[in-house]
Amino acid sequence: MLIKIMRSVLAVVAAGFALPACAALNVFACEPEWAALAQEIGGDKLSVYSAINAFQDPHHVQAKPSLLAQARKADLAICTGAQLEIGWLPILQQQTGNPKIQSGQAGFFEAAQFVRKLDVPASTDRSQGDVHPGGNPHIQTDPRNIGLVAAALAQRLAQIDAPNAGYYQASYARFAERWHAAIAGWEKQAQPLRGMKIVGHHKAFSYLENWLDLQLVATLEPRPGIEPTSKHLAEVLELLQRRPAAAIVRAPYNDARGSEWLAERAQIPALVLPFTVGGSERAKDLFGLFDDTVQRLLAVLK
Amino acid sequence: MKTISHIMPALALALPAAACAADDAELRALREEMARIRASFEQRIDMLERKLAQAEAQAGSAGTPDAPPQASTAVPNPSATSNAFNPDVSLILSASYGATRRDPDTYRITGFHLPAANLDEARPARGFSLAESELSFSANVDHLFYGQLNLSIHPDDSVATEEAFVHTSALAHGLTLKAGRYFSGLGYLNEQHAHTWDFADMPLAYQVFLGGQFNNDGLQLRWLAPTETYLELGAELGRGANYPGSGSKGNGAGAGVLYAHLGGDVGMSSSWRAGLSYLSTRPQNRNWGDTDRSSQAVTNRFSGRSRLWIVDAVWKWAPNGNATRTNFKLQGEYLRRTEKGDVSYDVDGASLGPATDLYSALQTGWYLQGVYQFAPYWRLGLRTERLHNGAVDYAANNAALLRPDYSPARNSFMIDYNPSEFSRVRLQLAQDKSRQGLSNNTLILQYQMSLGAHGAHKF
Repeated sequence: MLIKIMRSVLAVVAAGFALPACAALNVFACEPEWAALAQEIGGDKLSVYSAINAFQDPHHVQAKPSLLAQARKADLAICTGAQLEIGWLPILQQQTGNPKIQSGQAGFFEAAQFVRKLDVPASTDRSQGDVHPGGNPHIQTDPRNIGLVAAALAQRLAQIDAPNAGYYQASYARFAERWHAAIAGWEKQAQPLRGMKIVGHHKAFSYLENWLDLQLVATLEPRPGIEPTSKHLAEVLELLQRRPAAAIVRAPYNDARGSEWLAERAQIPALVLPFTVGGSERAKDLFGLFDDTVQRLLAVLK
Repeated sequence: MKTISHIMPALALALPAAACAADDAELRALREEMARIRASFEQRIDMLERKLAQAEAQAGSAGTPDAPPQASTAVPNPSATSNAFNPDVSLILSASYGATRRDPDTYRITGFHLPAANLDEARPARGFSLAESELSFSANVDHLFYGQLNLSIHPDDSVATEEAFVHTSALAHGLTLKAGRYFSGLGYLNEQHAHTWDFADMPLAYQVFLGGQFNNDGLQLRWLAPTETYLELGAELGRGANYPGSGSKGNGAGAGVLYAHLGGDVGMSSSWRAGLSYLSTRPQNRNWGDTDRSSQAVTNRFSGRSRLWIVDAVWKWAPNGNATRTNFKLQGEYLRRTEKGDVSYDVDGASLGPATDLYSALQTGWYLQGVYQFAPYWRLGLRTERLHNGAVDYAANNAALLRPDYSPARNSFMIDYNPSEFSRVRLQLAQDKSRQGLSNNTLILQYQMSLGAHGAHKF
């Protein structure tokens, strides 16, 4: 009798643990662009949660209870890395008792590892602001980086979820084809942008500038991570009189006041680029993100 | 057959992924499929690598100024030096200037029995003084453990081990086991380090019931429930050497802690956490200084059982969840303590001479505070707090000891300026009615600076 009870209890417990393994893989994406990419490659094999939206600054996120609850059940965490999430991700790793998403495990994927980074500082000293020793972490503003990360992510998904490996590879192949075609399209459209001079709020678009051959003349932040001061804005304005720029760009989460103040005085448009998926009406997915980014920049020239 | 029927569910438990594969034939088919995929995959990668090499060669010869950032595999940045494995080091430097209307030497919290050392910590300071400097080392020990040491260097050149613990990082199912010395997970403020406090000092209730912050030498087990709503349960067993305990002399534990935390989001802009905690200690010969009915300074001693309940809640708001420009934080805690045991009156014979009898007390306290960041870098905060002597009974010693009917209170205002994530300058003003009949006004001007490894802060 006891054995019978034990057996049924075991079976129930086993079912409880086994069932979720058959269901979708839980993916915790630190930023919306990686949530969108995971969806492109994983489709309905994944249940994807994005820790933040496009209107939140990825440097400053609270390790809030809802994030802990989501990180607890993640089979895979996809983050940018390069110390972008250093102020909050360690808490999610340490406080959730989830061995899968610890650094070095297959369930922890750092996108920045798979691309060559720009703005790598020669020396790291906080007097230069909140610098990232590994280089600029905003890698998603260059679609070629997204392509590289996609290849690595498809491999990783196949490794973690071996039964669906074929699915991930096939859907990656389809995505890669569409993506490379789209990049060629954007590059063609963006030809007139070559050499365009811009002012940035933060060094958030270094990879975009590198891709489309834009030139960053100045940033509104006097130092990375330090909000614009009136003194520094006045200096940028003076600089713009000597070296005019076409537009001032910022991400949706940046405070608008600095760029609007400068736009009014320098007589150039202040532009919000979507920065990530969800950052504008049209940036509904990764394709929309770059469609809109290129269109918004082109609109300045018209 | 019977054995197999036992093993199968157990296997399913151990290897959840295998539960998807029903039988051998399917497994074999899967393996073959995998091998096929792997082969085609390798081919494709080879092809891609060849293409990449070609493209790079072309790009090089064309002399394009901005060669695309390309890499087909991980691009590690290995550090070849011997300090590559050094733990993260961070240092907090802090100092303050204080001004008080009343002489700090006369500071008391009327009706609450604090050992001399704990009272000294709560005592306001006058003039310029160095505050605690915190030095912290942390790193993963290996694939199973994480370790951290926090030293607190006091201005009198003494060093205290605030925390020195290891915890697991590879226990599955939301479990984390911590061992060593650590700030207990009870309440909301108890686990937070001084440099993350929103006010320069701890609330009165924390000072009288927990001696500031309660750290424990022992074991802590936390479990995070696999639910959408955050639910965390924790249990601790430890020496309980610090106030309100006084350490276990036997083989057993001197302090036990239980707590539950619940939390979640309300829309995009708000998130909250609420908790209930319980701390049980068995203080032995816990001394405190008091003034008796004949106005003599006496030392009394308590031995018995101390039980503390804490209800805590915190709510944070930021427009669209983006706290960079403006945000608001409301937090409050209610603490309720019962103590039962024996009190020995005047153990040093300074007044009427030693006398021991039963003691029972119910005391409560709460604080409520709001902190508003009204502009980048600038925050304002208000805090109000009360303590209540519910029922205090010294039995026969009621004849000798005072039982003041007084509720200590304090109101504080602070404004701080945070030029970066790593520095803070704060001004705090308070009207302090901790001591019956002697209202005190205090001013604290302090800085807190953090150097070294970038800290990650709890909610």
